[in-house]
Amino acid sequence: MNAQLFALAMFDGIAYAALVFMVAVGLTLIFGVLRILNVAHGSFYAIGAYTAASIGGAIFAAGFSPWLAFPLLFVAAALVGILLGGPIERLLLRRIYAKEDALQLLVTFAVFMILEDVQRLVWGVQPYFEATALQQLGNLEVLGVFYTKYQLIFLPIVAVIVLIGLRLFLRRTLSGKLILAVTEDRETATAMGIDADKVYLLTFIVGAALAGFGGALASATTSVVPGMGADMIVLSFAVVATAGLGQIEGAAVTALLIGLGRSFAVYLMPELEVLIPYLIMLLVLLVRPEGLFGAVRTRKI
Amino acid sequence: MSLRLAVPLILLALVALLPTIAPWSQVVLTIALAKGLAVLGIVVLLHAGQVSFGHALFFAVSAYIAAFLGKAFAGGELITMILLGTLASLAVGLLVGLFVVRYRHIFFGMLNLAVSMIFFSILEKFYHVTGGSDGMQVARPSVLGVPMERAGFETLLFYGALVLCIAVAWGVHRYLESPIGHMLKTIKTNETRLEYLGVSARRTLLVGYLVSAGLCGLGGVLMAVTQGIVTPEYAWWIRSGELVFIAILGGSGSVAGAFVGALVYEVVRTYAAAFAADIWQMVLGFFLLGIILYASSGLVGLYGKLMDRLEGKHKTPAGGAKQSMEPAQ
Repeated sequence: MNAQLFALAMFDGIAYAALVFMVAVGLTLIFGVLRILNVAHGSFYAIGAYTAASIGGAIFAAGFSPWLAFPLLFVAAALVGILLGGPIERLLLRRIYAKEDALQLLVTFAVFMILEDVQRLVWGVQPYFEATALQQLGNLEVLGVFYTKYQLIFLPIVAVIVLIGLRLFLRRTLSGKLILAVTEDRETATAMGIDADKVYLLTFIVGAALAGFGGALASATTSVVPGMGADMIVLSFAVVATAGLGQIEGAAVTALLIGLGRSFAVYLMPELEVLIPYLIMLLVLLVRPEGLFGAVRTRKI
Repeated sequence: MSLRLAVPLILLALVALLPTIAPWSQVVLTIALAKGLAVLGIVVLLHAGQVSFGHALFFAVSAYIAAFLGKAFAGGELITMILLGTLASLAVGLLVGLFVVRYRHIFFGMLNLAVSMIFFSILEKFYHVTGGSDGMQVARPSVLGVPMERAGFETLLFYGALVLCIAVAWGVHRYLESPIGHMLKTIKTNETRLEYLGVSARRTLLVGYLVSAGLCGLGGVLMAVTQGIVTPEYAWWIRSGELVFIAILGGSGSVAGAFVGALVYEVVRTYAAAFAADIWQMVLGFFLLGIILYASSGLVGLYGKLMDRLEGKHKTPAGGAKQSMEPAQ
């Protein structure tokens, strides 16, 4: 493997890791607070991508400035979070917190099945491609390799901002502290006068919006096709499980690990490309069942 | 004989006789029985409180073994296919099981999903061995050395599957009622207590996992020889989800429910999916939500309630019937 291929694999891995992180961090945030693994998270990602690609396609065709592609990312994320995430938590998940784990998992799985078909009904099966944001930033030559600035600089920076932003939000703001309190002990937090229902809703909306944001970011780099949600939920679960459920910083490190592992596999052993993330996950979980950064939790008797 | 017992027996007889009246139903029913076997595997795990989103893996393993056997021995032998296919599923089940029984709930479900996705992509990528996404033909095997015509083979498969299902259902029922079956259920209700009794929860779950893998394997072989083709889609997560869906539809934890659910599901899918092919998953999703939120005991539970009401009217008009209508949570 020469230096150029190495650089290419490196850049691919970093750009991909930034996208996976965006989805995984939402998944882990929701799990940390709601104790529900949201299988429909993959759909939020896909719908975010579709929203960005189709709105983008429409407004650029109408002759608006291509720079609007960037605010559009946030619009897509907000739409997914508020229009999808909000009602799902409010109307559905709220009714199942008391049910057994297996049923909770099934409920989000059912939502996932429904949303998969919703995508097909709304956007059809033909791929969408809308790379205005990518083209707008242009290319860059590093180590003899031409690479898009969007993937090499913009995506990683956005990922780091989200990571730091989430950390500050959780530790420094009142809403964030309320979320942490409810995560720690819902019952005590409620007794102290915290509206746990509101915290759950807020968390789910933020988590869903992050997945939608990831999808919107991804829509510029790849064509948006049916089935992308299914791949993403399994992959982001692999990241979250490898990091340890509920670990935000851990998810960032693991996303990078898995993203790089995958992109190097693309260049070295293409057959193994799909397998690498799961192999990493299986290896980590064999040695550390609670994940790389997860804490061992004592069981309630 | 009470009505409660008579209705299932009449239904069973109807299913057995239907193909003689309506030959078109034979293949659909055989596929339903094959899926019912796999669903039974999911039901076993549900007794331990665990959901697997990856059991299509075992379904696919045995189906592909049947296809390879058919290819290697120019047709092959049905009995060998069933035995070796199920055995292969058990072997893979042991391998995967040793790993996943360390986990519960979310991890259990998702790790199974991950393993099945790995297998799915192997089936797709190594196309020179597995035929890629086109899959492989499964040659019609001989039965006990006798080459079969298509019609005779299908009839034999259907009745063979029916007898097999009854035998297996009885066997699984015995297993769940045996001490080791009760230990399996304790994993759901109180795993710590199980450990305090000196029983290894992991080993108990592993036995359950093997049973479920074997059942899925059995179903997979039947499905492969009935359809005559295997594709990577056998291992796809949607298949796994379908199995879980049927288990919940039939009545989670009910042996009979697995087959009732599979029959209802397969018949509805065959005839209704044509009208709603685009939104089929959506329909399933809404159904699943409806069952979980409003009728968590599934079809078998609804039947039980109906019977309670019918019998209750004969004995105690209001009180008794009402009480038994609300199952203890």
